[in-house]
Amino acid sequence: MFPFSFEWVWDAGHMVFHGGLWYALSIIGLGITYCVIKAAIDTGNEKDGGHHDV
Amino acid sequence: MDSALIPKGLKRCPTWQFLLGLGVVGVVLAWGIYAMLLCWFKGLNQTNMNDYYGFALWIWADLAVIALGGGAFFSGLLRYIIGKDELKAIINYAVVIGFICYTSALLILAIDVGQPLRGWFIFWHANVHSMLTEVAFCLSCYLGVLTIEYIPLILENRQLNKVSFFHHLAHNMHETMAVFAATGAFLSFFHQGSLGGVAGVLYGRPFAFREGLLIWPWTFFLFTWSAAAYGPCFTLFVTWITEKITRKKLVKDNVVELLAKISGWMIFTYTIAKICDTTRWANMLAPSLGQTLSNFYTNNAFYGYWILFSEVILGGLVPAIILISPTLRKRSTWRVTALFLAIMGICLNRWVMVLQVMAVPVMPFDQWVLYIPSWQEVATTILPVAYGIILIMISYRYLPIFPQEAELNPIAPNDVPVTHGDAAVAAEPATV
Repeated sequence: MFPFSFEWVWDAGHMVFHGGLWYALSIIGLGITYCVIKAAIDTGNEKDGGHHDV
Repeated sequence: MDSALIPKGLKRCPTWQFLLGLGVVGVVLAWGIYAMLLCWFKGLNQTNMNDYYGFALWIWADLAVIALGGGAFFSGLLRYIIGKDELKAIINYAVVIGFICYTSALLILAIDVGQPLRGWFIFWHANVHSMLTEVAFCLSCYLGVLTIEYIPLILENRQLNKVSFFHHLAHNMHETMAVFAATGAFLSFFHQGSLGGVAGVLYGRPFAFREGLLIWPWTFFLFTWSAAAYGPCFTLFVTWITEKITRKKLVKDNVVELLAKISGWMIFTYTIAKICDTTRWANMLAPSLGQTLSNFYTNNAFYGYWILFSEVILGGLVPAIILISPTLRKRSTWRVTALFLAIMGICLNRWVMVLQVMAVPVMPFDQWVLYIPSWQEVATTILPVAYGIILIMISYRYLPIFPQEAELNPIAPNDVPVTHGDAAVAAEPATV
């Protein structure tokens, strides 16, 4: 639920519950976005043409 | 056939043996899926739930797997936040087990709600006065965290890791894992606690009701504490089973003993807290609500004092003493016995807090109502077990789950699997 939803009420319950949810989702989303972008940059910077031999 | 996918330097069983194993467990999985489809298409009349038992076998299984899956968040906390580096030898497996437990929990809930297509209602039309809303939020988010912790393992598969982007992605995810581990610990603290809180706020049911701190009943803290304490026992127990089936040593003894010791002290402190809580509840709280201890454990065919003894002493104090004793902890038989008792203890605790709560008569005209699940409920509860075994089989075969496996099980040069064709792999008959 978002603040623009018709059911939304600006009370402590909604702010704590949904604030916590968005906070957790933001950390997870930002973390994974950082990993994906950095992996793309690292891949681009790799000199051997993007093929990693294990 | 699939030897190119098997991690380098490790031996696995022949493909036919692996597929045969998958097939056997797959039959059980198919049985569970059939029961699940019955529940979805025909409705919850397929269960034996009724007005007494709105929560039944599924919710017990849900709470039990969530507690047992607590090994993932607590091991992650110890490894990434507290800095117990030895645990890196077992953290991957803890993540796999946690992932299985939490996907199982959500699968069971998807069956239990009856209308899984409306599962998103809890996010959009959230009741912000319900602890179960908080459980749903944290459970879903934590499954996301576990998925993020599992993805690097998948990307480390021998073939996938050859793709440069996947290699870097897995590396970067490992580098930032502390952030996800901390988020996972935060989420786990609240959803494990709120599952206990749900029982503790039932002021109409003196068997479950507890006082507490601010809005949180003591059961909130006891549930979080117990999940952190008992979860690693399940991780260690499944590791032991895996070692027995594969006939290999997969984790060094010092790692197992460290996690067992930490778990032992956690169980010991939890059990002391649980005994204090039970003593106060039995002598002060329950009498103030018009009940005595004997009301909860007599005059019925199943729930006697044995269940309290089994939960707190046999499944709490006994494994705790074994695991904190260096001499007993080092002996495999004692350690595994303690792990088994601990798992039994936490499962009993969740059973009591879900099902005995419903069984105990509350009003003077009430009577004990015992509960026997339908076969559909049993099948759908076994379904996650089959799913878990299959995921472990696939993960163990194709992913480098145990970093110490190659060192502990060196293979002779002529035993190295051939990359194309499985003739060399077939030479090893005993491993799965």
